[in-house]
Amino acid sequence: MFKTILPYLLSGISVGGQYALIAIGYTMVYGILRLINFAHGDVFMVAGILMVYISASGLPLYVSIPLVLIITAGIGFLIERVAYKPLRSAPRMSVMISAIGVSYTLQNLVLYITGGLNQFYPTIPFISKSITIFGATTKMVTVVTPVLTLILMIGLVLLINYTKIGMAMRAVSKDFETSSLMGIKINNVISATFVIGSFLAGVGSLLYFTNYTTVIQTSGAMPGLKAFVAAVFGGIGSIPGAVVGAFIIGICESVIKGLDIILFKLGLSKQMMGLATFSDAFTFALLIVILIVKPTGLFGEKTTDKV
Amino acid sequence: MTKNINNMQRKKLDPAVLISALIIAAVYVAVFVLEQIMPPTSMLFTVLKKAAVYALVAVSMNLLNGFTGLFSLGQAGFMLIGAYAYGIFTIPVAQRAAVYQYYNGGLVQFSLPVIPALVLAGLAAAAFAFLIGLPVLRLKSDYLAIATLGFAEIVRSIFQWDKLGMLTNGSNMLRLFPTFNDFNIKNAEGEVVVYLSTLMPFVIAGVCIALIVMLLHSSYGRSFMAIRDDEISAEAMGINLAKHKQLAFCISSFFAGVGGAMLAMYSNSVQAKSFTSAMTYEILLIVVIGGIGSVTGSCISSFLFVACSEWWLRFLDQKQMIGNFEVPLLRNGFRLVVFSVIIMVVVLFFRQGIMGTKELPDLFRKKLPKKTGKEGEAK
Repeated sequence: MFKTILPYLLSGISVGGQYALIAIGYTMVYGILRLINFAHGDVFMVAGILMVYISASGLPLYVSIPLVLIITAGIGFLIERVAYKPLRSAPRMSVMISAIGVSYTLQNLVLYITGGLNQFYPTIPFISKSITIFGATTKMVTVVTPVLTLILMIGLVLLINYTKIGMAMRAVSKDFETSSLMGIKINNVISATFVIGSFLAGVGSLLYFTNYTTVIQTSGAMPGLKAFVAAVFGGIGSIPGAVVGAFIIGICESVIKGLDIILFKLGLSKQMMGLATFSDAFTFALLIVILIVKPTGLFGEKTTDKV
Repeated sequence: MTKNINNMQRKKLDPAVLISALIIAAVYVAVFVLEQIMPPTSMLFTVLKKAAVYALVAVSMNLLNGFTGLFSLGQAGFMLIGAYAYGIFTIPVAQRAAVYQYYNGGLVQFSLPVIPALVLAGLAAAAFAFLIGLPVLRLKSDYLAIATLGFAEIVRSIFQWDKLGMLTNGSNMLRLFPTFNDFNIKNAEGEVVVYLSTLMPFVIAGVCIALIVMLLHSSYGRSFMAIRDDEISAEAMGINLAKHKQLAFCISSFFAGVGGAMLAMYSNSVQAKSFTSAMTYEILLIVVIGGIGSVTGSCISSFLFVACSEWWLRFLDQKQMIGNFEVPLLRNGFRLVVFSVIIMVVVLFFRQGIMGTKELPDLFRKKLPKKTGKEGEAK
């Protein structure tokens, strides 16, 4: 039984970690701006495309990987300055529409640059090596992802709890106006949020595309949405929540993808049911259930509406 | 938002309304005449047909997002349900074996005429909307948006499920059902006598949009707008929030379903995987460009949107020469880049869109003193 489920569990943990890195970006931005940054999934995709092009130019990995991460963080910064900052005082719906517009623009831009063809992701030697864990063969990235995710998460939590910029972030997310009255430069704080979020999405893309090997302009949409669900599931605004939510979603998704084979091998079902179709649907069903049962998520704080 | 109420209280024969009616009638006549004299393969008709479909879907989305203030992103899901309901019930019995080749000819062994099938498509979408609305409509703004978006994704994967293949043909496409071209009147030799393939989508969309406009001018419509402007005061004035939100959601989905069925007729086939969230985003952008809260705006912008994306900006996708100079950057996909930049400019700098919250008759009226300066803050 353990032998049958293990490969799915492993890939679930790995995908979960990658979702977690994206989900942190969503949850931080939502915590501060109350905005679902629909473009975040596309930033993740752009990081993948950047890696394809930068490594094709022949730069060694120890240059190209940091370069990709820096440019991705820069893109996040630019998006915020161009598309969200002018709408600071506008209704929330306009900002969300602007986010959708950015997502549309990024996808079309990549479509134009790549010609809409699948781009093969370069292999990163260390993390794409094959290893064997308890008899299940998998890539090194499966082990690296959860470890790296946890390290980055702990680093981020420390940053938020013990540094000046972290304190400013917490203050802004509590009350926008009061914190600006207290002398916090809101725009810098928001930019920092976007830079950190995009940087993590860049790290996520390195790991994710090592697993999936091809990038196309739409490949950010689904992971983006799922990471958002993970953020909501864990309680939006909470970083550990987003990570836990992402791992749960990653594991569930991967197990559902293999559910047919698992059930078949365990002798619980006689035929293939085609349940793998529902691996995406499951995530969203989970979202709807969570929103109805516990809208604040696992670790979220309770908020009240003021008249 | 006093404008619509002002309209209501006017006497029936308002010259502005009369002029608007004449303009709309002229558009229909022009479409009919053009269709008879121009070759049916002209790009114009492709654009007009698709735009008519999008206009209906955009108006239905506007009813929800612009007039009721419920930010829903489930439109593609409801269109999918409508398109499938239409496809499943209108494929001629003789063709079913060919379409459902992997599923022994499918489950449904009868076919309906086009118009009842369109209504059925709408009803199917509305029924789903009712069920999904029960839990989801309790959510607020962006949570509602993401839940409805999730719902659309769920619908998409359910319709591709192999086990439902008897009904939905699994992940294969539905085809061979009546399309817009079947509206053309043919003589005994099979030659087309009167072209109606562009006029009919206009008529169907027109009737549906007219129904929506009438709804908006009824007491229900005013309740919707009251909910949008302030939920708490609307409730205090005795409007049943849950009931009205559910109503708006179902009605909007009904017309999205009809729109989905028309999209199926336009594209001659239905496949679940084409109804992605990107489609919802496109429709949302149409609504935004036209002006959130303006039916006229949604109609105009869907024509502009479709014409730009399918036709007018096509030249950007090919190499262009000016004399001996080759214009740089022009190649496949550049059209979409230019297009998205235009959209971003509208979203960022012209947030009211083309029409703001004005309607066609308002253009022929003298400015009411009440409206000045307040337009932008209406949301």
